[in-house]
Amino acid sequence: MSFFEVNNLNVSYGAIKAVKGISFQVNQGEIVSLIGANGAGKTTTLHTISGLLHPNEGTIQFAGKDITKSAPSQIVTNGISQVPEGRHVFSGLSVMENLQMGAFLRHDSDGLQADYEKVFSHFPVLKERKNQDAATLSGGEQQMLAMGRALMAHPKLLLLDEPSMGLAPLFIKEIFGIIQQIQSEGTTILLIEQNARKALSIADRGYVLETGKITMTGRGRDLLNDSAIKKAYLGG
Amino acid sequence: MKRNLREQFIWLLIAFGGWLIIDLLTFGGVINSFMLTIITMIEINVILAVSLNLILGISGQFSLGHAGFMAIGAYASAIITQSLPTIWGFFLSIIVGIVISSFIALIEGIPTLRLRGDYLAIATLGVSEIIRITINNLEITNGPKGIYNLPQFSNWSLVYIVACIVTLIIVNLIHSKTGRAILAVRDNEIAASAVGVNPTKYKVIAFTVGAAGASLAGSLYANYIQSVTPGDFTFMQSISVLIMVVLGGVGSITGSVLAAVVLGVVDTVLQNYGALRMVLYSLILIIFMLFRPAGFLGNWEFSVKRFFTKQKSSRENKS
Ligand SMILES: Nc1ncnc2c1ncn2[C@@H]1O[C@H](COP(=O)(O)OP(=O)(O)OP(=O)(O)O)[C@@H](O)[C@H]1O
Ligand SMILES: [Mg+2]
Repeated sequence: MSFFEVNNLNVSYGAIKAVKGISFQVNQGEIVSLIGANGAGKTTTLHTISGLLHPNEGTIQFAGKDITKSAPSQIVTNGISQVPEGRHVFSGLSVMENLQMGAFLRHDSDGLQADYEKVFSHFPVLKERKNQDAATLSGGEQQMLAMGRALMAHPKLLLLDEPSMGLAPLFIKEIFGIIQQIQSEGTTILLIEQNARKALSIADRGYVLETGKITMTGRGRDLLNDSAIKKAYLGG
Repeated sequence: MKRNLREQFIWLLIAFGGWLIIDLLTFGGVINSFMLTIITMIEINVILAVSLNLILGISGQFSLGHAGFMAIGAYASAIITQSLPTIWGFFLSIIVGIVISSFIALIEGIPTLRLRGDYLAIATLGVSEIIRITINNLEITNGPKGIYNLPQFSNWSLVYIVACIVTLIIVNLIHSKTGRAILAVRDNEIAASAVGVNPTKYKVIAFTVGAAGASLAGSLYANYIQSVTPGDFTFMQSISVLIMVVLGGVGSITGSVLAAVVLGVVDTVLQNYGALRMVLYSLILIIFMLFRPAGFLGNWEFSVKRFFTKQKSSRENKS
């Protein structure tokens, strides 16, 4: 069994079937990209993994445990941490307090200090703005804060929902560089993206999601060179 | 931690100073018994406003049901002190009121706090009216006539101390880990869930603690005024507490205390104007809100720590 495994997942909103029986795996240490157009069901899949939505059918297994029915807090404690789509930071709290919230469920104060340092080494700008209200950060900085906050939970598997959304090309490059760094430090990553070129270029493996179904899978590099994908997602 | 203790000690001194001033002025005859009644009502309003602000400002839930929980406290005290007219009976009745209110808040909150904004307001208003109408129709509460000739156990001094304790508890709650989670849920529910905070749980905590505060205020009210009727706890009572919170600044505990005091004074002054009173009162509110739409203080808080560090740094700058 893989490190992380989704089997025959079905998720609906009332009568609307958003995810229709998808299965995929993530091995320890990998970056796996899940790409797809608007409304393909990417965010739905991620929210179901995090326990915010409940599937009608299917199982989710992580590190040998069935977490399909676990509460969101339990899933975080087990080592899966989510960076939600669209820079959800706590706007009334400072940068530092946002990071502290990331460690909400942790009780190991020793490991905590090292993790703050690690987050600041990935995102030096957050250190400079430690005491600033998170609402006043730029869009790119808020994305970094949301990532830093997720890292404060010390995840084994990091879920990223469209980290490049609405960012300038230079910022996107920086964010993707940091994602690779995080991987190299031993965190497994499931990356959800519309920016298929970027996402596939750093991915070990990729899956293509189309209206709730997985239509293609392969090594990141191979998908990048696939003619069908080129046509549909990479602009010819 | 040490710093924190020092801060709380300074707060205690300020609170004691206030108490001493009222006490000395009463002793010296400057404050008469009419003014003492107003002061006590202001203190009760402080408890109501601070506890509603925990729900409205800190947790961000629009509740219109504060009068219902106040009614539970008031009637618990009225009924119990009627047959147990001792100070211990009174304390027991306070506890009973708080337990019943918290229990109702809990079973009301778990389903309704999933609703948002205006739906929640209507749901809480509904429960509050159900409580009032139930009281209006029960035998033990003496129906619409209410209960009279209660023993007077609360006085300005007791209510003052309780108001300080309630404020202290709520401020400490806000600064605790639980309070941080309540604020996080208010600011962004999705982000809160993502870090493992259960939004409903923390909304229910704030709602229940706020309801307990209202119940406590109700108990103190009943055994101060010495009578209770269902008419004391209508929708208008919830609105009047809401006005205090909004006027002081939603989210500012300091503002709630200030607004309770200011509105108490304004209301007293206006009593000389007979029928015009409500017109003038509304006019003053409208003018306030036009010039300060975020309330007196917005979400600013007075902080002993900040106050003293500012003094220190300005002194250092001078030298
Ligand atoms: N709360 C909801 N209620 C009803 N339908 C929903 C809800 N959320 C999502 N959907 C529907 O489910 C489908 C999948 O949505 P989802 O948000 O998972 O897409 P996505 O792949 O993340 O898209 P995007 O790239 O635009 O973020 C869409 O058709 C959407 O309209
Ligand atoms: Mg999405």
